[in-house]
Amino acid sequence: MSDRISIHVDDVRKRLGSNQALAGVSLEFVAGKMHGIIGPEGAGKTTLMRTLLGLLKPDAGRVEYREDGAPIEFDTIRPRIAYMPQQQSLYPDLSIDEHLEFFRALYQISPEEYRSRREELLEITRLGPFVERAAAQLSGGMYKKLGLMCALLRSPEIMLLDEPTNGVDPISRREFWELLYRLSDRRILILVATAYMDEAERCSEVHLLESGRAVAEGEPRALLAREKVGSFDELFLKHAGAAA
Amino acid sequence: MNEAPAVAVANLTVKFGDFTAVDDISFTVRRGEVFGFLGANGAGKTTTIRVLCGLLVPTAGRVTVGGVGFDTGEMAIKRKVGYMSQRFTLYNDMTVAENLAFIASLRKLPRETFLKRRDYLLGFISFNRPLDSYVRDLPGGIKQQVSLAASMLHDPEIVFLDEPTAGVTPAARARFWALIRELAGQGKTIFVTTHYMDEAEQCDRIALMRTGRIVALDTPVQLKRQVFPGPLYALDPRGKIDFARLQQLGHDPEIEYFEPYGLRFHAAFRDSPAAERLRAGLEGEFHVQPIAPTLEDVFIRLVEGNGP
Repeated sequence: MSDRISIHVDDVRKRLGSNQALAGVSLEFVAGKMHGIIGPEGAGKTTLMRTLLGLLKPDAGRVEYREDGAPIEFDTIRPRIAYMPQQQSLYPDLSIDEHLEFFRALYQISPEEYRSRREELLEITRLGPFVERAAAQLSGGMYKKLGLMCALLRSPEIMLLDEPTNGVDPISRREFWELLYRLSDRRILILVATAYMDEAERCSEVHLLESGRAVAEGEPRALLAREKVGSFDELFLKHAGAAA
Repeated sequence: MNEAPAVAVANLTVKFGDFTAVDDISFTVRRGEVFGFLGANGAGKTTTIRVLCGLLVPTAGRVTVGGVGFDTGEMAIKRKVGYMSQRFTLYNDMTVAENLAFIASLRKLPRETFLKRRDYLLGFISFNRPLDSYVRDLPGGIKQQVSLAASMLHDPEIVFLDEPTAGVTPAARARFWALIRELAGQGKTIFVTTHYMDEAEQCDRIALMRTGRIVALDTPVQLKRQVFPGPLYALDPRGKIDFARLQQLGHDPEIEYFEPYGLRFHAAFRDSPAAERLRAGLEGEFHVQPIAPTLEDVFIRLVEGNGP
């Protein structure tokens, strides 16, 4: 069996008001992979993430975290998860450095670990020259990077990123993905929801959600071949068309 | 048309202390044009828009909007323009009707005019919810269309839209752009910033900013021709390509442009002899195919500063 963390989502259902956000979704995510979640608005991407985080309780079905193949308590795993929501709330009048310091205190990271982690993160995000700048004064791309940096401060093993590059310019989008690649290794599980199909192609495994279910999954190239489409845009349209 | 341009900017500079946000830019926007304003985050787009809306007095340079300039007083400019900002647009805890009435009163619109404009604009965006809906309960796409209506209550000649579609769904973005095209058809001038290259493609002309300067300005078709005068190729790996090999290709002086696009790469060679020589070598590892450049290619090449 593997020595890694994995997440097993088994037939999960969740109703939000009158909307069946998750309608029996089953998925598996493993460390060492970059999992891409794609799907139209309302497909259940955010609800899925919130369920994985324990913020929402499934109406039926279950979410299980495993390590070395054995189930582990959610409370044990929770401190090892980093979550970046779609609308991130940073503190507009705190600087980059003040944010890092704040999250260090919140997560109770030791000074030595904090020092090396801070340096490493500033280097890979290239935010070093801007540590004094207040969050309100940051450009969209820099703001997203600061959000990611705060989430990464305590060296998470699981990263849940909800459309992290939405509304960011093409260059910053590329930098963000380079950053993800640099962070990914065999012990880390990355789950990223995205509306950009070129980003979906960069994942090691893609899961297409539609009306609260997983309708197509696989390694990008194999998935396109199996679905007999040339691109993810076509894949998207094929399933959206089938659902309409 | 021999009318005055909708926007004329000559040698505009804006400084904040020691920092030069906008550095000596000049351009004009024609009436009825959809003018796209692109650039990386922090290039100076929002600062320029704030000047053009009369919200920020320039450090130097001359600006006229709808024929009036700062010498006439910024109120004259404000009457000419509508502005939909990227952050704040409507009050969440007020209803649609309250928000619009509030803006109309700031604009000092007579009640009759306001009601006529309101009904016309809500019809224009096909708003079919109760007027007493709270803004916080509207889906993102609808909220953004109501913001557009709000920015046009006083019937401005020119509308500035600063990243109007950031964070809304692809379907909502498409609907919003249909509205933009329709407004331009009615003769309104639209000045819009976006990070979505499929939207930029729909503009009549595009200006691209980098660190406070305009580095390119033309139609989407012309920009592609200028930035990629030679052919562009898509390289589709036949098998797994290791990272060191990709780095080597990225640093090859004969490959002037090499960028990942999902599973593929886009590449432009220094000249045609280089292309012929390299293509033969690359065919073993990649399926190589000539393609038309996208605006994303143009953007990356210009903003990263390695354009011709």
